[in-house]
Amino acid sequence: MQRGILYPSRKVFVQSSASVVGGHEMKGPLASCFDIHDDKDEFGADTWEKSESEMQRLALNCAISKLGIKDTDIGALFAGDLLNQCAGSNFGLLEFDIPYLGLYGACSTAAEGLVIATLVSGSGYMDRCACVSSSHNCAAERQFRYPIEYGGQRTPTSQWTVTGSGAFIIGKDDIICEGDNQSGAVEISDVMIGRTLDYGITDANNMGAAMAPAAADTLRRYFYESGREPESFGLIVTGDLGFEGSKILRELMKTEGYPIYANHVDCGLLIYNREEQDKHAGGSGCGCSAVTVASYIIDLLRCGKVQDALFVGTGALMSPTSTNQGGSIPGIGHLVHFISHKRDV
Amino acid sequence: MLEYVYAFLTGGILCVIAQFLIDKTKLTPARILVTYVVSGVFLTAVGLYKPLVEFAGCGATTPLTGFGYSIAEGVRKAIDENGLIGALTGGLTATSAGITAAICFSFFAALFFKSKPKK
Amino acid sequence: MNLSKQTYKKYAEATAEKTPCLKNCIKAFLIGGFICTLAQGFFNLYKYLGIEEETVKSLVPVTLIFIAVLLTGLDIFDDIAKHAGAGTLVPITGFANAVASPAIDTKAEGFILGVGAKIFTIAGSVILYGILSGAIYGVIYYIVKLIMG
Repeated sequence: MQRGILYPSRKVFVQSSASVVGGHEMKGPLASCFDIHDDKDEFGADTWEKSESEMQRLALNCAISKLGIKDTDIGALFAGDLLNQCAGSNFGLLEFDIPYLGLYGACSTAAEGLVIATLVSGSGYMDRCACVSSSHNCAAERQFRYPIEYGGQRTPTSQWTVTGSGAFIIGKDDIICEGDNQSGAVEISDVMIGRTLDYGITDANNMGAAMAPAAADTLRRYFYESGREPESFGLIVTGDLGFEGSKILRELMKTEGYPIYANHVDCGLLIYNREEQDKHAGGSGCGCSAVTVASYIIDLLRCGKVQDALFVGTGALMSPTSTNQGGSIPGIGHLVHFISHKRDV
Repeated sequence: MLEYVYAFLTGGILCVIAQFLIDKTKLTPARILVTYVVSGVFLTAVGLYKPLVEFAGCGATTPLTGFGYSIAEGVRKAIDENGLIGALTGGLTATSAGITAAICFSFFAALFFKSKPKK
Repeated sequence: MNLSKQTYKKYAEATAEKTPCLKNCIKAFLIGGFICTLAQGFFNLYKYLGIEEETVKSLVPVTLIFIAVLLTGLDIFDDIAKHAGAGTLVPITGFANAVASPAIDTKAEGFILGVGAKIFTIAGSVILYGILSGAIYGVIYYIVKLIMG
């Protein structure tokens, strides 16, 4: 029974990726990497939920147009978000003529989508798949916390839901975007599905701590099975552990005998100037890792500055109902291994 | 002038107690509000809150404990005037202005305003 | 991982960045105190204008509620509350914000199932437990009065 590292039966490449973000993200250090933005977070819609749908539409549209293909050239679409019943994806992606599966993996949805898209395109069932995920700060606040205008204080361990959507198109050929001769192809060589782990964290304002053990578990299994050392990877990217979770993950990995201090980065810490923008423990949400990987990380791989990267998309599988009932928050972490085909830098 | 100082100090201290509880005990703000109202009713019932109101004026009536004080005082007066039915009528009567104001103003706020992203 | 839930939970809590309690308390004291002083100012102003004292007692909270709801609508209240914490939560302003913010927020779901149904999602418990404890006090007070004659 294969339950560890999964290798697609043929080569799979990230053919195109696109990112859409809101105003807070444009004030962060990655601003220049993003494709589309709206500083008012509205995207022309009159409710926040519709704004989130529109972000997904824009993200997939942008990824498709970068490749110069049509929606009917894509075999399947895997998408998800943080809203109840995946409403963001269901409505946002209506106009595309692509067979669709809705996903829910909390903040790990970007990685979940990549894992499934890689396995499906790698299996030979279809030559090209797309995956999209998103979160919207206002829609998430409304659903998971308090009304937007409610005057509350955030604790230092709390994280800020990213307003953004990231789309990836995954396929069997290493097509490079038109007019781009500087870039190299980015391959997804293998993936690993995470296990849900519950370490009893009940504080919804400390999701980093809830997710860190799951990320550590996936990484430990990966290093053990692949026999590779953490230092042999260019980058180890985690989804949205934030300041608290990153601190704990590095400690846990050290005690497991796989120290990752040298090359670990976290999307939740990359996306904002944490202190300056008053983002407490950093960014979170499906959009957090989606936009960071779709822009900054893929760019690093394309230009060859990073030769290979492990991306662990982390998710806190909480529900407001279970939290109110005193339930704990299980975490999950799915792994995607990117390899850059760009050499001579 | 002194009444402003007393109002400031009393109101400030009541807020500090709540802040301390939020930071140190993980009590959520909603629980704090409920605790304060119920404490206000209790302290009024045992005769401790009225002297504080006489001392601090708005410093004691503005915090939510003062809301509890209004409820308890209203209930007591209504019972003195109308008997047991006052236990049902007194509380809302005494606080009706505040509750109605909050409902009506909020409705108009909902009519005229739209929530904006957090800064 | 050889880590028990209890050990991990303790470790996570110990390593978590602490809330700046002293700083929060000072800000809560100053802003909460200021709101109460402002209330006292309105109280004296209304009395100076010759309004009857019983009316003034209702008018002062109504004024504060109006200001808090307006600031909530103008997207200013949450910016103050972010610093003030309990300083804006505990005075009647916190109650007003707790009513106004879900009202504004749920407009998207319509005025009946949105605003109408959700307006008391946060403040409802204040009214429930306030009125309930008041009624219980009333019954006790009535019985005690009967016994004491």
